[in-house]
Amino acid sequence: MSGPSLMDSLFQRTLEDLIKGLRQQLIGEQAFISKALEEIRKEIKSTDLSTKSTALLKLSYLSSLHFHDMSFATFHALEVLSSPRFSHKRIAYHAISISFHDSTPVLLLITNHLRKDLSSTNEFEVSLSLQCLSRIANVDLARDLTPEIFTLLSSNKLYVRKKAVAVVLRVFEKYPESVRVCFKRLVENLENSDPQVLSAVVGVFCELASKDPISYLPLAPEFYKILVDSKNNWVLIKVLKIFAKLAPLEPRLAKRVVEPICDHMRRTGAKSLVFECVRTVVTSLIENDSAVRLAVGKVREFLVDEDPNLKYLGLQALSIVAPKHLWAVSENKEFVIKSLSDADPNIKIESLRLVMALVSEHNVAEISRVLVNYALKSDPDFCNEILGSILSTCSRNVYEIIVDFDWYVSLLGEMSRIPHCQKGEEIENQLIDIGMRVKDVRPELVCVSRDLLIDPALLGNSFLHRLLSAAAWVSGEYVEYSRNPLELMEALLQPRTSLLPPSITAIYIQSAFKVLVFCLLTYLMQRGSTASSMFPDNLPSAVSASVSYESFDDLSVENVVDATDTHGPTCTSASITNESIVNLLNLVELALGPLLGSHDVEIQERARNVLGFVDLTKLDLLNSSVQEENDSERKGAEASKTIELMHGAFSKELGPVSSSAQGKICLPDGLMLKENLGDLEMICGDIDQPSSNSFSFGSPYEEKGGVSFSNLQIKENSRQSNESTSLLAEHRKRHGLYYLPSGKSEMISNDYPPANDPMLLGNINDNADDLVKLTEESLTPKRKPNHAKPRPVVVKLDEVDEKPESKEDSLSGAVHDVLFGSEDIVPTSSQSNLSDMPSSKRKGKEKQHTDSHVESKENLVDHGNPSSRRRKHHSHGKERRHRSPRKKNAEERKDNGQKLKEKSSHRHGMHKSGQRAEEPFNFSVQTPVIPDFLL
Amino acid sequence: MIHFVLLISRQGKVRLTKWYSPYSQKERTKVIRELSGVILTRGPKLCNFVEWRGFKVVYKRYASLYFCMCIDQDDNELEILEIIHHYVEILDRYFGSVCELDLIFNFHKAYYILDELLIAGELQESSKKTVARLIAAQDSLVETAKEQASSISNIIAQATK
Repeated sequence: MSGPSLMDSLFQRTLEDLIKGLRQQLIGEQAFISKALEEIRKEIKSTDLSTKSTALLKLSYLSSLHFHDMSFATFHALEVLSSPRFSHKRIAYHAISISFHDSTPVLLLITNHLRKDLSSTNEFEVSLSLQCLSRIANVDLARDLTPEIFTLLSSNKLYVRKKAVAVVLRVFEKYPESVRVCFKRLVENLENSDPQVLSAVVGVFCELASKDPISYLPLAPEFYKILVDSKNNWVLIKVLKIFAKLAPLEPRLAKRVVEPICDHMRRTGAKSLVFECVRTVVTSLIENDSAVRLAVGKVREFLVDEDPNLKYLGLQALSIVAPKHLWAVSENKEFVIKSLSDADPNIKIESLRLVMALVSEHNVAEISRVLVNYALKSDPDFCNEILGSILSTCSRNVYEIIVDFDWYVSLLGEMSRIPHCQKGEEIENQLIDIGMRVKDVRPELVCVSRDLLIDPALLGNSFLHRLLSAAAWVSGEYVEYSRNPLELMEALLQPRTSLLPPSITAIYIQSAFKVLVFCLLTYLMQRGSTASSMFPDNLPSAVSASVSYESFDDLSVENVVDATDTHGPTCTSASITNESIVNLLNLVELALGPLLGSHDVEIQERARNVLGFVDLTKLDLLNSSVQEENDSERKGAEASKTIELMHGAFSKELGPVSSSAQGKICLPDGLMLKENLGDLEMICGDIDQPSSNSFSFGSPYEEKGGVSFSNLQIKENSRQSNESTSLLAEHRKRHGLYYLPSGKSEMISNDYPPANDPMLLGNINDNADDLVKLTEESLTPKRKPNHAKPRPVVVKLDEVDEKPESKEDSLSGAVHDVLFGSEDIVPTSSQSNLSDMPSSKRKGKEKQHTDSHVESKENLVDHGNPSSRRRKHHSHGKERRHRSPRKKNAEERKDNGQKLKEKSSHRHGMHKSGQRAEEPFNFSVQTPVIPDFLL
Repeated sequence: MIHFVLLISRQGKVRLTKWYSPYSQKERTKVIRELSGVILTRGPKLCNFVEWRGFKVVYKRYASLYFCMCIDQDDNELEILEIIHHYVEILDRYFGSVCELDLIFNFHKAYYILDELLIAGELQESSKKTVARLIAAQDSLVETAKEQASSISNIIAQATK
């Protein structure tokens, strides 16, 4: 006998004692609770139901307010449930509804209790069990209790009926088959005169319609009646929500409901109803100008109201209306801009969204100016919010709205100087992206980068490090546009770069390498042009744009190395003199020397590369410049050859890489993507460990040391990423799911693409052609019309925009299928009872499931190709004809004919009506034909 | 629909939680921690809506208690504010000028009242009078049961069983 004795149950702590005790514990609350839990564990085993139920009540208190686990008591809760006393039942139901979930093991045992209580004569017991069912129903419960719910739906106790109606929603969700049984009664309740029941029914339909509106279109007349007749604002709001979902599906319905909705809007004093009307109009009746005007008028009233809630909602309504009727926003522009400095951060963000909606290619400069000024003044959070939205708006659709890229690049530079700026990463991406895509902007880009690099203050802000790495990369990659490469070099090697994280220092070094090569080459060319041109055959044409060919008169300047003075005044002039080269080389040696001992392998290696290069060229260069003798000329030629070689390696242009580029690389022979790499991991485990701490192969800033080397790396990269994701990919394939558009992850991991896929660039047009053939429609709107003002060419990879979309379609298609499937029953449901549902019918239904599946997929894929779609529809019609006799049985049973029949046919409306009236298939897919049921 | 209802005191103590959508115990604590961080820090004259994880949370402060309800994106915020006010008025009527202490000591009654007001995340009863009547009727059911249970003879009968 483990239960408590009589004394225990007499002196049991009540809930009140527990709460009081808890409140007295200033410290050690946890200890008190665990002691109480111990007591409860003992008490709950008692055979006395009062003791048990009190224990359960205490436990539910601790569970719901102190979040203690009460799963150990699930069985005890069931025991209390079986008590005949109402007070015990109430406690038990409460405990169950807070602690049970779908995988609770004793869930199966509750069915009979619920069934008993659902058919109890005490309405409060019925209410309790309904309440509980609405929370814990799973498939089994929903299935087993459907008959009881069905009975209660027409209970003459309104109190019970309204609850049953509300519970139906959960039952439908869990067990769609129940729709066949209950739907008709649910619809009948729409005509109930009791406001509470009506409110409950409308609430249920509102939830159902939000998931699959088209199924409920046939009920529109009933809803319309409620919309016109009802005086209850709660009900009206729900009905409006339903119409907001239905109206876009059926234009005639939209025309019908506009008037009553506008009436409500004018008449009512309740702000909630006004707002719901406004929202319905701006979301679903957007075509109707007079209604929209009225709604916008109401929105304006909201905006000028004192109440911040109305202000917020007004702004929200405006942002819904903005895409279609921009005038509504521009009319209230002043207010919106003013709200940017509101006290409430939510209102600020909402108005920021609106301001961004106003942005077009004409005013982007102006608005960005205003916003950046706001950002300077506002608090850090909002400042970054502003910067983020400027960045995302401007980069939308491959910088669609940007015409003047020089301006935009300088804006980026300016934004990064705002003290609170934390958007370094995003700006980094855009700087590099623009650099690769827009050729004309590169000089300005280099200029902006220079300003960023040269400012030692920026190095202290860790949020900007990413941005600086972009600036460094840009100035290295496009150094030929630089006005003063020597100055760049100094900026890249300045002492404060030690503040940077290793990965970015590595980029700095690499950029410095590029700049160095460029300087040396320029120097050689200058010399070549003065002294009997040494290499007349292969002068790189990209060079020398900015470098003035100055006469080289100080060739014989002494070349004594003065290692200490590295910051000499050498880089004031743009031309590169012998002395400046010497200083440059010294600077490199001085700055990179210490890095040879760096802990970071990447830095060490790159520094060594650069220094090796300097060693290789320095002696020859200097020698040859001192005395132009024949023997040393040979040496000089060697050095310059090296330099040229390096320059050649760097001068190949990098371009944006399409997110789908990975798929175009054909699989090398020896590569097994599907193989399980479990064994390999064991072997490689030890090898990987040491290198992984700082040096990663797939480092985003992998540079190419030579063309062949870079190719190798691409392959390595791809192999690696493929291996690691192969399992995931296979999983996705098996389930037909694409959590992310493929290739995207790759883009993310490679912040800027490692190198250009030569084949890709070469064939851009061919690829585009193929794609155009496939998706003509989706692409055409993206192509910009010719600008009056010449806009620089922006390299676009069509696949980048197109591919993920189609992936998303398949995903949403799958979701659609599921929803379609679960709601598919609704139309056929009201026809008959469960009992006389022949199994053949059920099979037929299953077929419909798969059918609708196919159909929806076609809709998604076939948009651009009407003829083929029509053909397919035709065949569908045929299939349906095969099945129609089976369906007829059911249909004949319906006496209120037309209306309900539509319910069964509206989903396949076009097939059915076409088949019935032998009409040609000349309707669009989205709007099934619905005969004039509207009043 | 309403996904959950929370009553949080100004000090961040939870006074009532009601979940209409499935949340595990772990998620529940996390949700409450997150939301009380967001809501309690908001100033007094700001709007009553907070966007949170793709949902909207409507809250209103009454004295020392914050009443919060989490709803879907397209639900009507003003309606929810009215529901909250409705609930407070019913509580007020039931307890007689309700204060936080009433709710602390009668946490289960606050639940029962809420259960009469909302079901499955929807408003089910918009009349204050009806709710009051229903609760009173159920209370009297409980009272009669208690009287029976607490009579001495009953206890002795049980003990000697």
